[in-house]
Amino acid sequence: MNSTLNNPGSGVVYTETVVYSPPEAYVNDVPYQLAIVELEGGRRLTGRIQGERAHIGDHVSFIEFRNQVPFFRKSA
Amino acid sequence: MRQVAVVGIGKTAFGAFPDRDLRSLAVEAGQKALENAHATTSQVEAFYLGNFAGPSFVGQNHLAPYVAAGMGMTGIPATRFEAACASSGAAFFHAVSAVAAGLYDVILVTGVEKMTSQSTPKVTEILAGAGDLCGEVRAGATFPALFAMIARRHMYQYGTTREHLAAVAVKNHQNGAKNPLAHMRKVITMEQALSGKPISEPLTVYDCSLISDGAAAVLIAPFERASEFTDKPIRVLGISQTSDNVALDEKADITTFRAVQTSAEKAYKMAGVKPTDIQFAEVHDCFTIAEIVAIEDLGFVKKGEGGPYTLAGGTCIQGERPVNTSGGLKSKGHPVGATGVGQICDVAQQIRGEAGERQVQRNSLGLAQNLGGSGATSVVTILGAA
Repeated sequence: MNSTLNNPGSGVVYTETVVYSPPEAYVNDVPYQLAIVELEGGRRLTGRIQGERAHIGDHVSFIEFRNQVPFFRKSA
Repeated sequence: MRQVAVVGIGKTAFGAFPDRDLRSLAVEAGQKALENAHATTSQVEAFYLGNFAGPSFVGQNHLAPYVAAGMGMTGIPATRFEAACASSGAAFFHAVSAVAAGLYDVILVTGVEKMTSQSTPKVTEILAGAGDLCGEVRAGATFPALFAMIARRHMYQYGTTREHLAAVAVKNHQNGAKNPLAHMRKVITMEQALSGKPISEPLTVYDCSLISDGAAAVLIAPFERASEFTDKPIRVLGISQTSDNVALDEKADITTFRAVQTSAEKAYKMAGVKPTDIQFAEVHDCFTIAEIVAIEDLGFVKKGEGGPYTLAGGTCIQGERPVNTSGGLKSKGHPVGATGVGQICDVAQQIRGEAGERQVQRNSLGLAQNLGGSGATSVVTILGAA
């Protein structure tokens, strides 16, 4: 839940999926990777992974909010 | 508290019925339940309707009096219950509670959903309304995606495999193929189940339940009056409804449905039975992973053993503890608002010995588990022979 739009920082992928069958609002986005990211401090946030596919346990960094959705990318 | 009995059951076929509207399905199921109980509408003191999203799927609101009047019933309380895919499980729980408390004697509980008049992306969007719109859903989560993330984590923590998931689908299709009221009455092979079109990794089309139209109904009464309606009354031995967080990212451990555990514990306690006493069950396999998690959370197997137990045949009709002999939501179909009461009908049918070639041999104590959303509502019911 992103109740605030503060920079959530980096975190670790708790779980993830790649969506092929989208809701109507996102028909142009598929396939897209969705993940629950466990942030430093333990709070979890559902967002998108951009770029390279991330797996459970991978470190990811926050990029930006787009329409209030947090986007992350796999850390180098 | 009075003991409550199911005295009549009725279901429509589940499927895609372009010529049927929501009300005609609900009316058909209700009339069948009344006929099954040799009862008339004049005996019904209250009407409880489970429906998830009639207003979104077909645009109709004020559904309970609308359906009741369609059956010729007016002048009684007629109320709709919404708890996502546990809508009619919730309606049944509250109806049983009202009869147990002595508020009414005879209640008709119906569940209905009419889904197939919308496109798949639209249905996906409406179903996603049972998730957290301000978080996971805005990010692009669908229900397949939420359960895919549960599956991924279950695989990571317990070593559950794609074959374990596929074994649920293969088994449920075997059962559903023999159910005349099932939506998809066909057997599938392990190879098919493993090579299905991806919906949300690791789930394929064969891991997902069906988008269906359908309705189910039960008539309930105090057990002491059951003989007025039937010579095969079914006792409601235990029942509980509990809740949990809606958003998946707010749950401490997504490989467990905490609400299933808490509702099961209460239902077992009320019935005075242990999980291992349960002889067969209908569980909420909206996705294959959900059946695996459910049989673990219900205490049929230890955590993490749901997949191997299924693959080894423990939940087949001939297995140690048959699960989803109806075909489950996977093959029987999942008209979401009808599912909870449909499960009660399916368990009752087994206890009565009326399940035909799907009949289980040990049939005196059965369980139904109905899940709402990704686990925010759970209703567990334990039914027994009179």
